[in-house]
Amino acid sequence: MLRFVFRRLLQLIPILLGLSILLFAWVRALPGGPAQALLGERATPEAVEQIEAQLGLDRPLWEQYVQFLGRAVRLDFGASLQTGQPVIEEMARRFPATIELAIAALLIAVTVGIPLGYLAARRYGTWLDSVLVSASLLGVTVPIFFLAYLLKLVFAVQLGWLPTAGRSDPRARAEHPTGFYVLDGIVTGDPAASWDALTHLILPAVALASIPLAVIVRMTRASVLTVLHEDHVRTAEAKGLLAGTIVRHHVLRNAMLPVTTVIGLQMGVLLAGAVLTETVFAFSGVGKFMADGIVQRDFPTIQGFILVIAVSYVLVNMIVDIVYGLLDPRVRVS
Amino acid sequence: MSTPEQVAATRPTGGDEAIGSPRPTRGLRSDALRRLRRNPMAVVGFTLILIFVGVAVFAPWIAPYSPKDNSWLSEVRPGAYPGPSAEHWLGIDPLGRDVFSRLVYGARQSLLIGVVSLAVGATVGVGIGLLAGAFGGWVDTVVMRLVDIMLSVPGLLFAIAIAAMLGQSLTSVMIAIAVVNIPIFARLLRGEMLGQRAADYVLAARSLGISRAGIVFRHVLPNSFTPVIVQGTLTLALAIVEAAGLAFLGLSGSDPSAPEWGRMLTDAQVALTSAPQLALYPGLAIVLAALGFTLLGESLREALDPKLRR
Repeated sequence: MLRFVFRRLLQLIPILLGLSILLFAWVRALPGGPAQALLGERATPEAVEQIEAQLGLDRPLWEQYVQFLGRAVRLDFGASLQTGQPVIEEMARRFPATIELAIAALLIAVTVGIPLGYLAARRYGTWLDSVLVSASLLGVTVPIFFLAYLLKLVFAVQLGWLPTAGRSDPRARAEHPTGFYVLDGIVTGDPAASWDALTHLILPAVALASIPLAVIVRMTRASVLTVLHEDHVRTAEAKGLLAGTIVRHHVLRNAMLPVTTVIGLQMGVLLAGAVLTETVFAFSGVGKFMADGIVQRDFPTIQGFILVIAVSYVLVNMIVDIVYGLLDPRVRVS
Repeated sequence: MSTPEQVAATRPTGGDEAIGSPRPTRGLRSDALRRLRRNPMAVVGFTLILIFVGVAVFAPWIAPYSPKDNSWLSEVRPGAYPGPSAEHWLGIDPLGRDVFSRLVYGARQSLLIGVVSLAVGATVGVGIGLLAGAFGGWVDTVVMRLVDIMLSVPGLLFAIAIAAMLGQSLTSVMIAIAVVNIPIFARLLRGEMLGQRAADYVLAARSLGISRAGIVFRHVLPNSFTPVIVQGTLTLALAIVEAAGLAFLGLSGSDPSAPEWGRMLTDAQVALTSAPQLALYPGLAIVLAALGFTLLGESLREALDPKLRR
């Protein structure tokens, strides 16, 4: 098992190096070059020259890359053009919001998606199956920001059940030691603050969950359908095991393996989708900061965001692979 | 005794021989077409695509006004936009333009972005996949590591990075979406070709003395192409949604008055309470167009899957 984990970690190195080269090339290809991108469009030529010398842009390319790598490892992306503060500080402040949102969305997708997918498989070929399959196709097709807009329109504007935007009631004076607002309420013994944060979280999380939910429904359905027809399930039935036992121990346990991988892959959708969802709901996470950065051509922020998200995505998928290896001995051997 | 249907149903899944043997191309295709016609999902998808393409192609004849004509600005009051009427079927937008005409012309933009980005992305991706699949060895390793790196950035994010770098233009949106699709096509074709390479018919062709290029282009490639067609259909749906997403973030053509569904949705945000329908129309247009390609793509996948042949 240790060898499997070690091998998986080794595979990470070329991917991360490749990513850094890609990002390095991206920074070099920015309009006006990296110095201009760092300073913004209104920078004077003198300032650009000064920064170019400071960044060592007159040195050979490989030297520049090594320097870039050094800065990237230290998460030093320069100052945000929006706020003048270091990008990494801005991101660190906003990351809990995005993680909270992504976890909420993933929870919705998994807790709703797996039972629905299972139901569709058990009712294969019936109208319920058709409805669930059609709904899941619609789920992957509806743009997140349009769904977010519809949810906001119906549940916040028309019905007034939930707040329209933000992470918490601006009039409330809650403390935020961790930055995870729902958790903060529990930590500080302020259940009202937790509840307030939760009501603000529901609509963005549902919107963000749509694609992973649809994918999980389809994957679970397909996977359960495959397992249901396998010999070991027939044997279990022939042995006279209870239906519930067969489902729990023989069907679901095997059918969940491919679903685990899909859940890992959905992290990318969640993190990138946060850019759109957070914008619609003015949810102050890294996604919203990135979206604002795009409008203002804040390249240091875009660069930092891409690197952090891509690395988290790669790491999450590696962890999923390792978990998969733990769950399924066949993976470790091959 | 098993009936002929049962025999036919079990044959294609009958172990490795079935995977390795050349596909009954013509039989499969006519069979697939027959099943497509019977599948209501495919019929709905095809109809939606037909409407979408028809509207895009015949936009100047369908739209009653020019999409940029803002002659009705005087009829617009802040917070109160004229709704549907006989002259303006879907009303007027905050800048005094006919919403229906903008929606119709928006189909053009979406189709253009979808088709061009698919053509570029699929061509380059297939080329790269072909290279890896045909040569194997270190070429395959290098190419596939590059593909892995490209796939390690979530698609939308990758597109944002490229579009932001290239600046505001329709071309940069198309390039961004095309680049995102390259690794997907490359990996797909390469995987298919690897599966075909071990097949008996390849061995037979090789023993007949057919050149490597001959085997790749005349035998392996045609047999590996089915999933690429399916993926292409699904990619068109994704391209439409991705382009709308980029436009929503402010990454679209340089002309802000150009009719574009994603941007129409963004612009409508200011009138969320007073005129929610302004966002509803472009949103529904995006969903229906993308749904058409998704339904057709999924039905194609099912129809072409030999395991499901009946």
